[in-house]
Amino acid sequence: MQNKRRATLLSLATAVAGMLIVSGAQARDFTIASWGGGYQDSQRKHFFKPFGDAKGIQVLEDTYLGGWAQFKAMQEAGTRPWDVVQVENSELIRGCEEGLFLKLDWSRIGPKENYVEPAVAECGLGVVVVAQLVGWNPKHTKVQPSSLADFFDLEKIPGKRGLRSDPKGTLEFALMADGVDVKDVYKVMATKEGLDRAFAKLDTIKSQIQWWEAGAQPAEWLVSGDVVMSTAYNGRIANANKEGHGLKMLWQNNVLYVDKWVIFADSENVDTAYDFLKFFSDPKREAAFTDDYTYGQPNREAVKYIKPAVLEALPAGDHIADALDTGRADSVEYWLDNSEEIFERWTAWKAK
Amino acid sequence: MSIDATSSDRGAGDDDRPALRANLRRAERRRKLKAYALIAPLFLFLLAFFLGPIGSVLYFSIANPEVSTLLPRVTAALRDWDGQALPDEAAFAALAEDLRTGYADKTLPKVALRLNYEVGGFRSLLMRTGRTAARMEAPYTVALTARDERWGDLVYWRTLKGNGSAFTLHYLLQAVDLDLQWDGSIQRAPPEKRLYLDNLRRTLWIAFVVTLTCVLLGYPVAYLIANAEPRWAKLLILLILLPFWTSLLVRTAAWVIVLQKAGVVNDALLALGLIDEPLTLIFNRTGVYIAMVHILLPFMVLPLYSVMRGIPPEHMRAASSLGARPWAAFFSIYLPQTMPGLSAGCLLVYVIGLGFYITPALIGGGSDQMLSYLIAEFATNTANWGLAAALAMLLLLCIAVLYPLYQRFAGAGGMRLG
Repeated sequence: MQNKRRATLLSLATAVAGMLIVSGAQARDFTIASWGGGYQDSQRKHFFKPFGDAKGIQVLEDTYLGGWAQFKAMQEAGTRPWDVVQVENSELIRGCEEGLFLKLDWSRIGPKENYVEPAVAECGLGVVVVAQLVGWNPKHTKVQPSSLADFFDLEKIPGKRGLRSDPKGTLEFALMADGVDVKDVYKVMATKEGLDRAFAKLDTIKSQIQWWEAGAQPAEWLVSGDVVMSTAYNGRIANANKEGHGLKMLWQNNVLYVDKWVIFADSENVDTAYDFLKFFSDPKREAAFTDDYTYGQPNREAVKYIKPAVLEALPAGDHIADALDTGRADSVEYWLDNSEEIFERWTAWKAK
Repeated sequence: MSIDATSSDRGAGDDDRPALRANLRRAERRRKLKAYALIAPLFLFLLAFFLGPIGSVLYFSIANPEVSTLLPRVTAALRDWDGQALPDEAAFAALAEDLRTGYADKTLPKVALRLNYEVGGFRSLLMRTGRTAARMEAPYTVALTARDERWGDLVYWRTLKGNGSAFTLHYLLQAVDLDLQWDGSIQRAPPEKRLYLDNLRRTLWIAFVVTLTCVLLGYPVAYLIANAEPRWAKLLILLILLPFWTSLLVRTAAWVIVLQKAGVVNDALLALGLIDEPLTLIFNRTGVYIAMVHILLPFMVLPLYSVMRGIPPEHMRAASSLGARPWAAFFSIYLPQTMPGLSAGCLLVYVIGLGFYITPALIGGGSDQMLSYLIAEFATNTANWGLAAALAMLLLLCIAVLYPLYQRFAGAGGMRLG
């Protein structure tokens, strides 16, 4: 009992001391937040560590979990634990509008024209180009899919299909498979008939859909034969193929996600942050990252240095000719305006 | 002498009594203070980590500060508006002024997203108008509708009026598939958006089936352990506790490997010739039940075991020597004595089961998701904390309603939480 009480007091004292230390902390070291896991390990190897070494500073890291919750918490508490973070497009636009992220001065980064269009934003610089596309395993299907329409053709290719458990990207994908041109997707989806049409297209294969939540799932399912085809991120399929699984990719109308680096407007390390973005923009460094971790580069110069074998699995050149960029103004606008309503309809529809 | 002594004793007692009482009171107070000081850390802990969060969740589920604080002028201008025809020029002017300041100090996106929860597209309407509000001139009725004709639509004005107060029942009603109208009336949500009650029913049902399965599987296991030789019992307890040493996520992922099409179970059944085609054991309700029962089974076995260990075997022997058949002896002698453990196990499994999220998300299908999945989606992704909080309150309310019912059925033998 005596011991326990002492332990309680001790832990209370430690907690109080901890709070004092935190609140008394002055200027924090330069901190970058990214998506964690093997991805951030590669980023550390190619960007964070060399940058710290070159500047003679310590680069701190943290993990961003996606979504708006962490930013909302920062806004409400008035804290800025990070200087630079890699975000998706909807958070990019929201943070830019609310003044949480800095409007970028491109003269401090590098030539804007080197970047593909989806990589340039008012508050963000493209980090990687990820494509969501149809992948399949030739071992598990005799008939090879040759178009998006085949994904929805249960007679031609019977069996389970993997789809991302998220209306974003999936509804667009259904419309494009139904023959809607990539340019008109959001014009069509903005009407009630168009949205109904997307759901109706998904209804045709609903009994055979297996929903995935995590990016690692579809490649595993394709390897194990749990599904005959699945939408998946190109990097995940490329990684499976590094282990010799021979999965195939269909590039028609793939859906592009170009995450962006953003700098916090209130950052105390804005100069270091700009230096980091400039350091990051080095084409050879970006290419070396891609050779290591198969996601595309938004920098046209970097693409020149990527090994041809790697390039085949990347959203670059011809592969993105008819791709849908989810960072497009009409796409971001559409989802910011409609995500609540569509999420409810989507969840109700999925459960039926 | 003795009389003297007695009288002097009495006299002394009479004189000292108030002092003694004060002394006692002081001692009592000191004792109480000490006791309070001893429980103070626990009490503060409960306050900070239990009551505080619940209070803040409740607050978030009814808080509605955005419109009244960020669009104050138009809120005031619409206070006496009857909502039947478009408001007057004064309201339009107030809105233009609010948009101007909101856009300049970057608070407009917050209120825009809030209003977008109720009318899709309201966000872009506010942002679009806000961008040019600084250049607008009177008459604002013309200027606003020229910028976007949607300002001529009553629905946007009514939504503004409907959100003029600092608190709202919008989120709580939405969580039970009801729609709060601008004038305070309540309607059912349109059919394609009714999902929360359905989801709640499913959540309660899944937790119920899991609890029942845990009883059927856990009871014999607990009995076996309680009546095994000590060294076997130790080993069996270890096996029951083993899963606690790995993370929930790992155990869930392991089930994928075991249950998938080319998984261990299907391969074994195929090899034995019991089935011709692989069974679909995963990405459906079956998989969710299997994994949840596996994860929750120890919470059933351990309370049962601890109660069963205390039941002397003589009771059953006495029952059969008095002529009871095995089943009758079990139901009238053994089962009632295990009720405290059984009800504690059921309560634990059911309540923990209600909050499951990652397991159904990873091994369930589209129609196997539970309420926590929605809460997580709203809390982390879109940061619609109002709705997330309302759904959390709904779950809490279910437990609050179920607990007294459970108390009633489990009776005095049941585990009490307070």
